[in-house]
Order: sequence, then structure tokens, then C-alpha cells
Amino acid sequence: MLAINDLHVAYGQSEVLHGLNIDVAPNEIVAIMGRNGMGKTTLMKSLMGIIPQRKGSIAMNGTELGGLKSYERVAKGLAYVPQGRMIFSTMTVKENIETGLAASGDSEVPADIYELFPVLLEMKGRRGGNLSGGQQQQLAIARALATRPKVLLLDEPTEGIQPSIIREMARTLKRIRDSRGLSIIVSEQVLSFALDVADRVLVIENGEIVRDEPRAGVDEAQVAKYLSV
Amino acid sequence: MFGDYSLSDLGAIFAMQGFAGLILFSVYVLMALGLAIIFGQMGVINMAHGEFMILGAYVTWMTSNFFQSYLPSLFAGYFFIAMILAFLASGALGMLVEWALIRHLYKRPLDTLLATWGLSLILQQAYRSIFGAREVGVELPQWMLGSKQVTDTIEIPINGMFVMALTVLITLAVSYVLFWSRWGRQVRAVVQNRVMAGAVGINTEKVDRYTFGLGCGIAGIAGSAFTMIGSTGPTSGQLYIVDTFLVVVFGGAASLFGTIASAFSISQAQSTMEFFMSGSMAKVLTLLAIVAILMVRPQGLFALKVRK
Repeated sequence: MLAINDLHVAYGQSEVLHGLNIDVAPNEIVAIMGRNGMGKTTLMKSLMGIIPQRKGSIAMNGTELGGLKSYERVAKGLAYVPQGRMIFSTMTVKENIETGLAASGDSEVPADIYELFPVLLEMKGRRGGNLSGGQQQQLAIARALATRPKVLLLDEPTEGIQPSIIREMARTLKRIRDSRGLSIIVSEQVLSFALDVADRVLVIENGEIVRDEPRAGVDEAQVAKYLSV
Repeated sequence: MFGDYSLSDLGAIFAMQGFAGLILFSVYVLMALGLAIIFGQMGVINMAHGEFMILGAYVTWMTSNFFQSYLPSLFAGYFFIAMILAFLASGALGMLVEWALIRHLYKRPLDTLLATWGLSLILQQAYRSIFGAREVGVELPQWMLGSKQVTDTIEIPINGMFVMALTVLITLAVSYVLFWSRWGRQVRAVVQNRVMAGAVGINTEKVDRYTFGLGCGIAGIAGSAFTMIGSTGPTSGQLYIVDTFLVVVFGGAASLFGTIASAFSISQAQSTMEFFMSGSMAKVLTLLAIVAILMVRPQGLFALKVRK
């Protein structure tokens, strides 16, 4: 579905990602684990075209995405839930979701989005900035889904969210994958959440993928060592 | 200073000056709308905004001349056509400027200040070369002349009422576009977070270009309105740009309602005080009051309260 080959990304002269190779199969949920500063967010941003890549290729079903602008990548089927959620805080919940419609060409918010997140329907007239953290996270996911993506990127979705909602979120992500048949890449520091949700767990360390294991074969203790600070 | 006037005189003075202030208010609102949209969206302070307004004024003047010489029978309605042409001319120039100049400077906000200031000088000289240094006045059709006698001492000019109505209409249209249309939603998303707007699939460059065009187009309409209260010269726009900035800052950036309220209070204060003291003294007092209020409320009159 999404093939990342030899991806190098740098800020100025300082290279942060040193040739990543990641393949995401259709309908697969991949978790990318790693401590702060190891390159998770940089990877997400370069996939979205927010940071340019220095070398390598990103291909969606064989179509090269490297060099395209963010909105063009969205049109090709990528969607992004950034770290810190980044919802449009002065716009209402409904308007926030509707911004995603620019890519899909729909004129109404698809009803199944409200089915996934009933709380958003309840609060659709409220300003996004006045929602709680967990609700904002749901809103950010709903906004991304409104673009009808094939691959959904989530950058640390559990950050700053209470544990009971984190478990709920894992269930929701799987439900989205099952009902919409999309692939999900999620970057994480919370191991329990990643094990809950992922089919495959990758560990990123200093800009390189150092472990790549299917869910069943994950050595929790080993992965946890990369996460402990 | 009020001592020399009787109570009824004072009432009439306040009413008439208040109305004169409303025409000023109209020009401020139209100018500030464009400026606030552009500043809010792109963080670009458009120093050439006054020149876009004057372009609209010149277009109105040319349309009026054209109708006078070639279509005198339709002269009564020329103003509506002039307005549309002014909007299109200023809007098109705005889009051209965005494409050729501004978009290369989005990451250098201070440079846009210099660049648009330079642009304003270029435009002023261009107007001087094309239209001449002398100020031109637009001839109004018969139905816009004269005034309505309300009481013995109060009379209200008809063209003033027309400008007011026009401003209300345009403000409503702009707020409709910004708050209820699909395009307006995209504009507001880009205003809030440009990077994220791109990442939900909005073509931010296209939105930028059309927004800049819209802002400048509204300035063009302000120019049309301006021809009724002043004569048009190459540097007339400059006089308004500082006041318009004041309106935007005082109202609170990104708040349409704040812009209107601040344009209203500034123009009324200005116009009423001008009657009793010199124009520059009135300006000094207005500025002092605004500085004092901004020290207490740096975010401007109206600012939305939400979590960041």
C-alpha cells in the first residue's frame, strides 16, 4: 500500500532520518515506537510533505508521492492526525470535519464518521478549541477520515489523554481499519497501546529502524528497553 | 468649547457630524475588511492597500467619464458598473501581486512590509504618470446629489446614505462568504494553521491567491465609495492606510465584528471632535485613547476565547 524506500530527511545539514525502509500492507496497522527525538514526528511530517525529503522515495500503490505538496498527497490518499491534534480551535466541530471535505469532494460530512464518534455529533456546534483533549483527538481523527484516506498517519495519538480513553481509542482505530479497509501508521511511546492496536511493531532509534516484528513475535522487554528514558 | 452653542444646535451638530462620520466609517470598514482578511490569512501587512483603493477610485472615475461621453442616457446607473469594475481591477492586480511578489516572501514577514511599501510607491508613481498629478473628481449622477432634510437643522446627504447601504451589503456578503461557504471555511482553516490546512487537503496557495485578490477587490470598492467623499489623486490612498491599520489592531485581528465596532468608534470620535477642534488635535486625542485602551486590552476589542 505504502512503500517507503531509503528515506533520508534532514533539517539543514543535520540529517535526522538515515535511509528508512518501511512497507505497509493494505489493511495493516503498523506502530512505530521510539523515544523523544528519535525521528517519529520527522518521519510523519516528511510523509505528509511538511518537511522535504533529501533522498529516497515514498510511493502509494506505486504512485510516487515525494515532491508533492501536502494537499496533493491528501488527494492521493494520505491523511494525517498530527501530534498535539492541531484542530482549528476557533472553528466549530462540524466545520473542522468539513475542512477535510476539500480533498474528497463530498459536500456533506459522511454519516459513518458521526457513527464512529457520536460525541462529535452531540457537540457539532461547539468551537473545537473548547473540547477536552480526548474529544479533540476524536475530532482530529474524524477530520482526517473525511478526506477518505487509504493510509492514515497518527502521530502520538495517546499523548495527554487519560488511560480509559486510550483503550477506547485502540478499539476505535481497529474498527476504522475493519470498516474502511485502510492502512494505519501510528507512532507511539506507550507500549501497551501499541500492542493493543498494531499488527506489526517497529522501533525507531536515532533515525533508523532497529526492530521490525509482527505483533505475535514482539519481545516486550526488548522493545521497552528502547523506550525507557 | 460647547459653551457657544445652544442645546438644539449641539444636537444638530452631533447628528450631522455623526452622519459625516458614518461615511468615513464606511470607507474604514471596507478598507479594514480587506486588510484584516489579508493580514489574518497570510500575516502580510499590505502597505499598498491604500493604492489598491485608489485604483478602484480611478476606475470609477474612468467609468464615469466613459458613460458621460458615450452612454449619457445610462449615466444614472454608471456607479454600479464602476463598482464591479473597481472590484475586478483591484482584485486582479492583487492576485498578480500575490503571484509575482508576495508568495515568495511568506517566510519573511518583515520583508513583505518593505516590499508592499515599495509597491505602494511604484503604484503612486504609475498613477501620476498615467492619470497626472492633479486630483480628479467624479461627477455624480443626479439622483445621488442633494440631501434629505430631516429637521430644520439636520440634513443628510443622499450619496452618504448610499455609501452606507453599500457597506452594509458588502460586509454581509463578505461575512456570508467567510462563515458559510466552503471556500470561507478553507480560508479560516488556513488562517488558523497553514501547515495543518495543507495536511487536511486544502490547496493553501490557491486559497492565498484568491484571498489576496478578494481583500484588494474590496479595497477597490472602498475606492469607489471614496470618490464620493474626496477627490482622487495619486497619493490619496496613503492618508487612509494608517487609520485603517489602527482600525484592524484596535478591533482585534481575525474578528469581523471587532473590526466593525472599532471602525465605528474611531470614525465617530474623529468626526465629532473635528468639529470642535483642529483635525490634528482630534487625531491626537483619538490615538491617545486607542493607545490607552490597547495597553489594557492588547488583544484588541474583541478576541475569541478558546483553548490554544
